[in-house]
Amino acid sequence: MVELTLPKNSRIRTGKTWPKPEGATNTRKFMIYRWTPEDGENPRVDTYFVDLDTCGPMILDALIKIKTDIDPTLAFRRSCREGICGSCAMNIGGQNQLACIFGMDEVKGDIKIYPLPHTDVVRDLIPDLTHFYAQHASIMPWLETQTNRPAKEWRQSIEDRKKLDGLYECVMCASCSTSCPSYWWNSDRYLGPAALLHAYRWIIDSRDEATGARLDELEDPFKLYRCHTIMNCTQTCPKGLNPARAIAEIKKMMVARTI
Amino acid sequence: MSYRTDRARVTGLGSAKAGTGHFWEQRVSAIAMMILTPLFIFPFASSLGGTFEGVQATYSQPFNAIIALAFIITVFLHLFQGLQVVIEDYVHSRMGTVLIISARLFCSLGALTGVFAILKIAFSA
Repeated sequence: MVELTLPKNSRIRTGKTWPKPEGATNTRKFMIYRWTPEDGENPRVDTYFVDLDTCGPMILDALIKIKTDIDPTLAFRRSCREGICGSCAMNIGGQNQLACIFGMDEVKGDIKIYPLPHTDVVRDLIPDLTHFYAQHASIMPWLETQTNRPAKEWRQSIEDRKKLDGLYECVMCASCSTSCPSYWWNSDRYLGPAALLHAYRWIIDSRDEATGARLDELEDPFKLYRCHTIMNCTQTCPKGLNPARAIAEIKKMMVARTI
Repeated sequence: MSYRTDRARVTGLGSAKAGTGHFWEQRVSAIAMMILTPLFIFPFASSLGGTFEGVQATYSQPFNAIIALAFIITVFLHLFQGLQVVIEDYVHSRMGTVLIISARLFCSLGALTGVFAILKIAFSA
């Protein structure tokens, strides 16, 4: 359901401003969303100053610096620090990005960091992606076959393999789905750009034998057709992929088997 | 509180096995309007502000009358298809159902009124 205002217990107030690091001359201001489930308080935005002379260039470098040197209670997910695990997706300067591959120089002025939009927050910058992962599982993200398994391997031509480029690279960071207004209002039923991009990745796979069943599962006014080509997904994707195109291709296949 | 698994929540009531028809028809009606709108507008604009006899003369011609009928039916069909999508997007539960039925009634009545008006003018000459 559409929600135009935040519920009372989600309204954000101004939090603590931490002192500037001593002796630092080259600092950058960070305003970061904070929320803890235990204390019953509303979320707040804390202000930190990071010494750029002793910090790496990426947003994640600054977050780790804050956690190490200023405030160890700041919570966020991270793992690979090179854009392949998808853990550190967050809303940075108004756009969903992976903190590890998004440079501080890509944001003008103060750097505002919030959790991914319209997600339940576990703590600080950590969103609850349980439902998002269950949606991914529901599209059967694996090779489905009826034919007996070949002795060596399922063969695929170079041209057919090329069709998977731009699809297999998705790291499931949820930046696209949580930037999609249709997903905000209808995520209980709409699968969202990430799950649909993965669905298309298996639909277009020349080795897969469940194409019809996969399309059957998606043939639904909500699961698929909530996509109104808003294109936020494509604009925000930190990996430069195009989920909107994948969804459009699924729609074209749906029409092709109808008329 | 519910102990349903996340996967059960995602599956919900399963696929409706429908939606492509609506999607396709909305595009077809949009393209039809691109063709019908100019064909409707020119005779309509030329008889606008004219005498009743002049309007009768325009719409007693089969081509003008049929184009006008097709235009009115397509417009209200497309309007309903669009309204349905907007309501499904933003309004859930029973209120959404009530609004979709209301939109259907409103669009059907609008189309019927337009059709009746054109037929009456066309056959009164």
